[in-house]
Amino acid sequence: MENTARVKSEEMVSRIDGRLAKNKVVKGIFLTATIFTSIILIVLLYRIISQGAPYLTWDFFQNFASRRPEQAGIKAAVIGTLWMMSVVIPTAAILGVGTAIYLEEYAKKNKLTRWIQMNISNLAGVPSVVFGLLGLTIFVRVFGFGNSILAAGFTMALLVLPVVIVAAQEAIRAVPKELKEASFGLGATKWQTIYRVVLPYAIPGIATGSILAFSRAIGETAPLIVVGIPTFVAFLPSGYLDSFTALPMQIYNWTSRPQVDFHNLAAAGIIILLAVLILMNSVAVWIRNRYQAR
Amino acid sequence: MKPVKVLTLSALVGSALVMGACGNNNADNGAGGNGEEGQDAQLQGQISIDGSSTVYPIAEAVAEEFMLEQPDVKVTVGLSGTGGGFEKFIAGETQMSNASRPIKDEEVQGLKDAGVDYTELQLAYDGLSVVVNKENDWVDQLTVDELKKLWLDNGKTKKWSDIREGWPAEEIKFYSPGTDSGTFDYFDEVILDGGQIDKSATLSEDDNVLVQGVTGDKNSIGYFGYAYYLENKDNLKVVPIVNGEGKAVTPDAETIKSGEYEPLSRPLYTYVSNSAVKEDEAVKAYTQFTLENAAALAEDVGYVALPEEEYTKQLETIEGLK
Repeated sequence: MENTARVKSEEMVSRIDGRLAKNKVVKGIFLTATIFTSIILIVLLYRIISQGAPYLTWDFFQNFASRRPEQAGIKAAVIGTLWMMSVVIPTAAILGVGTAIYLEEYAKKNKLTRWIQMNISNLAGVPSVVFGLLGLTIFVRVFGFGNSILAAGFTMALLVLPVVIVAAQEAIRAVPKELKEASFGLGATKWQTIYRVVLPYAIPGIATGSILAFSRAIGETAPLIVVGIPTFVAFLPSGYLDSFTALPMQIYNWTSRPQVDFHNLAAAGIIILLAVLILMNSVAVWIRNRYQAR
Repeated sequence: MKPVKVLTLSALVGSALVMGACGNNNADNGAGGNGEEGQDAQLQGQISIDGSSTVYPIAEAVAEEFMLEQPDVKVTVGLSGTGGGFEKFIAGETQMSNASRPIKDEEVQGLKDAGVDYTELQLAYDGLSVVVNKENDWVDQLTVDELKKLWLDNGKTKKWSDIREGWPAEEIKFYSPGTDSGTFDYFDEVILDGGQIDKSATLSEDDNVLVQGVTGDKNSIGYFGYAYYLENKDNLKVVPIVNGEGKAVTPDAETIKSGEYEPLSRPLYTYVSNSAVKEDEAVKAYTQFTLENAAALAEDVGYVALPEEEYTKQLETIEGLK
């Protein structure tokens, strides 16, 4: 008896080294992964910033596109992207959060709901070109919006909608049952509970998820090309049915030009795109912190 | 819930501010432009142009210059590609369609069915340049037959020695513009005769990718627009092509313009809707402006101008549209 116990503990001691070694190896793998990713990111940022930074002048923001690289600017694209996002954000937020509330709070958990749920998840994986084709057929041609801000904004809203829905659903699902039950217990109706208990609790999660989705809408090129958004636009839109151009279109055009100067302009455009994205992500973080603190 | 309201409100105010700012800006621009221009009649209107990304730099230059003279005519230029551009032209969504190849029969039929009359205009020449790596010291010139042998798929991997005796027995790497591009269509027509391009070829819609590919590999060969060769001529070697008269010709402004560099010189086109020219003063003025300035602007962006009289002839055609 005693003998076998001692053998066992000796065995365990001898295995400890093995386990510790394994631990080290795994830690090494994860560390390498992190370093590798960081290096790629740093190289990418370094290249873009060193290429583009000299071109980030005040004129660059003030000028429209031009055949002369030194006179070319990004004004129409930046303003166009802002206009487009002013369509994308409300559309996707209202439709997305609305759908999520319905699916989580109202819909019966039956086959139909599960089928809808599955389709929403699948939609999130559909290539963006397909959404572009949908936008071209429905918004540009059937609704007759032409290649306007409205058509592109709705197309982009559809593109990010599945992600917004799924993010909002996760956030709503994370609301503790006790809170909702307490609200019902006090005699609140379903809508009162959703409005006063569920949404305030879920907003940080919804905001974080949605803003990541909106960032995608800012960076996508393919649906815009398919919808037929022009690249050269030397005026600012004055309404939602006007033509416009967006940042990724301008960047895409500049990278495909033969002259190196245009490639540098593209890098400058990418810096602006990154700045817009970082700005949006910080808004997400800010909203999350604000609501979590309460 | 208070926070929700605050959020919506701030979003609304934010977007209203952005919009307000744009509106003002726009009005300022318009007024400034109007004040300066006195002699020419000020036109108003909207012109949508789409089509080939090869022709885009010329179209962009023309639009840029035109809007300096006529700031109230809003010109937009897109780059959906030659085929995509014609689709929009047939649907009546554009007044002008840029193309890096002549219009195809089915597109002519589509326009006929849609009741769109059009005029074909040539804006400039581009010389498709066949390039090899800088270190490639064996290829001195190529005939059309050799190009065919090179690019047509024969089910096997090709070596340089298969093309001409004495060349190294190294595998050839091919770089070609994507099959959606007018550049590919043109090459397909004059060299491949509709045959299958070598299946090992790397196809890319971005010509800069092709430049990188040929620059990085000693045994590579590629082709693309003259402007891309011109910008990268320090890193590439252009191959003289034997023309119909048996003379090996290197593409340059002279040989492309005179037509000596053939068969790989191609005209770049724009197609304009006749009814738009007839009914819309702005489109007519724009079309005339295009033909008057295409020569200088095309050379500005790396293409080769047509002989002067070609533009004059086309201008007469446009003026004759009534």
